[in-house]
Amino acid sequence: MEINSFVIFIAAIFTSNILLTNFLGMCSYLSISKDMEASAGLGMAVFFVLTFTSGLNYLAYHYILVPLNLVYLQYIIFIIVIAAFVQLLELVIERFSPVLYYSLGIFLPLITVNCAIFGISLFMIIRNYTFIQSIAFGAGSGLGWLLAILALAGIRGKVREKMLPKGMNNAAISLIITGIMALAFIGFSGVVIIQ
Amino acid sequence: MKTKEILKQSIFTDNSICRQILGICSALAVTNLMMNSLVMGLGVIFTTALSSYTISLIRDYTPRSVRMMVQTLIIASYVIIIDIFLKAFFPDISRSLGPYVGLIITNCIVMGRAEAFAQKNKPFDSLIDGVGSGIGYMLVLLVIAFVRELFGFGSLFGFKILGDWWTPWSIMVMAPSAFFVLGLLIWYINYRSLPKQA
Repeated sequence: MEINSFVIFIAAIFTSNILLTNFLGMCSYLSISKDMEASAGLGMAVFFVLTFTSGLNYLAYHYILVPLNLVYLQYIIFIIVIAAFVQLLELVIERFSPVLYYSLGIFLPLITVNCAIFGISLFMIIRNYTFIQSIAFGAGSGLGWLLAILALAGIRGKVREKMLPKGMNNAAISLIITGIMALAFIGFSGVVIIQ
Repeated sequence: MKTKEILKQSIFTDNSICRQILGICSALAVTNLMMNSLVMGLGVIFTTALSSYTISLIRDYTPRSVRMMVQTLIIASYVIIIDIFLKAFFPDISRSLGPYVGLIITNCIVMGRAEAFAQKNKPFDSLIDGVGSGIGYMLVLLVIAFVRELFGFGSLFGFKILGDWWTPWSIMVMAPSAFFVLGLLIWYINYRSLPKQA
């Protein structure tokens, strides 16, 4: 059955949030979320890169790897596409929009090793999405990631770290907050379902 | 450094997940079953060990500017080996792990060991360090999976442990419990390793 691309887009943001249900992109999520502005910057960058790389990787997979029967090389090709795209994006942004470059610039190299980007490409191949569906899935997942990291940064800003039990600051408390957030997001499940 | 010291340091004192907060993604995703965690752990041990070894072998010939790319490609090749191996011999596990086998490539542990250790040390030491980090990772995974599978399904490695009287906590199979269990585990370990105040 063909799923509407818009449904996939909404579902990727809420019901199957890439971070809260698939646990992708946790490393940078935990380390960056101390700072609201940095979280917003990284989130925007992830959204941007995800939207484009999911499309590019779709094309690379279906028009290069499948005809040449080289599907087992998909990991290497995806990594190269992502790294190359991030480099290119850095150059383009630096040339045309210095303001954007200064706000996103430092986050772009971090993105190459963000497992969310790579994971989305793999999910999209496994679930057999069409081109439009893949882009919708990428964009939705990026927005979902942005939403999750902003929410965590906001909550962490309110937590008074001195009041916490010993040893619970940083990673432990972030994980527990994320757990509660994930519980809240489960409330959305059943609204729309994609695999 | 002696082999034993390296092993001890990479398994316990510098445990990647609990002490350095690396490699969280897959640690959370595959831990609803003990079997999956075990396979994933073995995969990571294999990748970290061999990629550290290879990277360390060629560390003097790799130009600094492209070393990240070289490292990623080396890691990716080993992960492809694991992926094909699992597909051929354990198709069921391969299906349930899904994309997370491929995600070993972007697992920060592998990359972290390559950057922090293999760049500066002899091949054999790097191999040991990789094995150690992998074992540390697998231990944490198994602890989390033990809690989640026991309470979520009432079984361990698929064998029923708790009888029919046990009502499975379905929350343990879902995403949020993974966050809670890992959060509490990290809290406990941090708490234990705090300097004792007199």
